Formats: sequence, C-alpha cells, structure tokens
Amino acid sequence: MNENAGDSPNKPRAIVVGHGEFAGGLVSAVGQICGMADRLVVLSMMGMTPEDIEQTLRDQLARTGAQVIFTDLPAGSATIAARRIVKDTPGLVLVSGVNLATLLDFVFNTEIPPTDAARAAAERGKASLIVVGR
Amino acid sequence: MGIHLYRIDDRLIHGQVVVGWGQPLNIRLLVLVDDMVAASDWEKELYRMAVPPEMEVRFADVATAIRDHAKYASDARPGLILTGDIGSMHRLVKGVNAIGSVNLGGIHQRAGRTEKLRYIYLTPDEERQLKELEAAGVEVTAQDVPSARAVPLAEVLEGATR
Repeated sequence: MNENAGDSPNKPRAIVVGHGEFAGGLVSAVGQICGMADRLVVLSMMGMTPEDIEQTLRDQLARTGAQVIFTDLPAGSATIAARRIVKDTPGLVLVSGVNLATLLDFVFNTEIPPTDAARAAAERGKASLIVVGR
Repeated sequence: MGIHLYRIDDRLIHGQVVVGWGQPLNIRLLVLVDDMVAASDWEKELYRMAVPPEMEVRFADVATAIRDHAKYASDARPGLILTGDIGSMHRLVKGVNAIGSVNLGGIHQRAGRTEKLRYIYLTPDEERQLKELEAAGVEVTAQDVPSARAVPLAEVLEGATR
C-alpha cells in the first residue's frame, strides 16, 4: 500500500450522506456486492437543521478521520454543509452526485490516498451512466 | 407569470426547493431573501452553485426584496421566493402587502421551539408572527413537498397532524 494512502484496510475512508435513506441504501449495496461497507460511514440528515448537518459532518470527520464526503444532490443541504467544511478544511474532498459505481470504485482503490481515489471514482461514476434504447 | 410560491425553509436552497417544487411548478426564477446571504459573496456563490442551469437565482436582503417585489412578480418566468426564517417572511409580507399565501416548508428543531409537525418547530414568538400574517388575510399552510397535504395554520399550531 502507498505510504500516503494512510489508512488500514478497514478504516472508514469516506462519509456518505444524502436525502432519506439514500446513503444507507447505497452503502448497503456496496456491502452486498463486495463486503466493503465498513469503509464508508452512513449519515442520515433527516429532520436536521443546516447547522446540525454541518456539525454532525464535522464530528464524524473528526471521529473517523475520513477525508472524503460523498453526497447525492448538488442542491442538497448536505452538499451545502459539506462545502462549508471543505472551505476551511485542507485535504478534504467533496464528491456530489454519488452513485453506486462511484462508491464501488472508491472502496477498492486503496493504493492511493482517499482524496485521489475519490477523484478517480467520480470519473468512473460519470462513465457508468448510460442510456440504452431509442 | 408571477410568483408561484412564497416559502419559508431554514435549509434555504436545497433538493425540496429546486427539485421537489421547482420542477412541477416549472420555476425559472428563484429569489432568496436573506439578509446574511445577501451580504456575503461567498454565501451567494455557495447557493448559486446549488441551482440548476435553467433556473436564475437572485439574492436580496428583505428591504431590497420589498422594493423589488413588483419586478419579481411581473417577471415573465414562474418564480419562487424563499426565506430562511419566519421573521424575514413576516417583514416581506408586511412590506409588500400583496402576498396572498405563505408555505411553511421546513423550520427545524432549535432551542425554544416546540414540535408542531415533523418538519415544523416553532417558538411562541414565531407562532405569534404566523397568526399575525393569517389575521392580515394571508393563507398560511405547511407543506414540505407538493404531494403532501397542505396543513392549515390552525392545525399546525395544534400540533395534531404528525
């Protein structure tokens, strides 16, 4: 493993947060497919104020040492909160618009730092969107 | 087209606003009325990036929004005016004196507030301001998303609908 990767195989590498049960469902799918759900922290923001969302995210980042936040919608409250944190937290990366392909690529890519893995995973996630049919 | 929705939501611009309401109402003009956001270039950029490209977002403090309300209302595009707190909407409604309805979309738990609905918590002073609006002829209802029932203020204050 790259020395800069800086995490053990089972240490959480990212926080996943979104509307409703989105984050839990997505991480559950990661676990079902590859058994690596423990590398992701699920955060629900239902019923929370913007300040609560931001503080909870900050608390979870401090607790887990995660360097990446995945959110669902660019317009979401979690994305807004995460952008506030990224502004004053060097070395933290936010990926908005996360999908299952993004997370799967991310959890497998442990040979590079999580922030680099997140950027690569975002590209994989974009490429996974396909349209079939006329 | 005019303003289709006047909404109070402490999350300001977020999914329920731009997608949940924005798409069915075909909103093309979003006016965020908030003194703090209007005074900060960084805050404005933060929320501007949360808005889809087909929707124009404008930022105004309450005084400016009162002054410019007629322009918003006469804009050819369907519009939505959003405040993050009851006090700002109360000032806007009183200052404009032409707003017929207000949507309570999300006012969440904070110290001093009591739960009324799953997504509505109010202090006694906030309750008073909402009652004042209704007494002035403004229809006040709580409705987080378009598919939900619009709950009249009286029911909201009873806290009976969960």
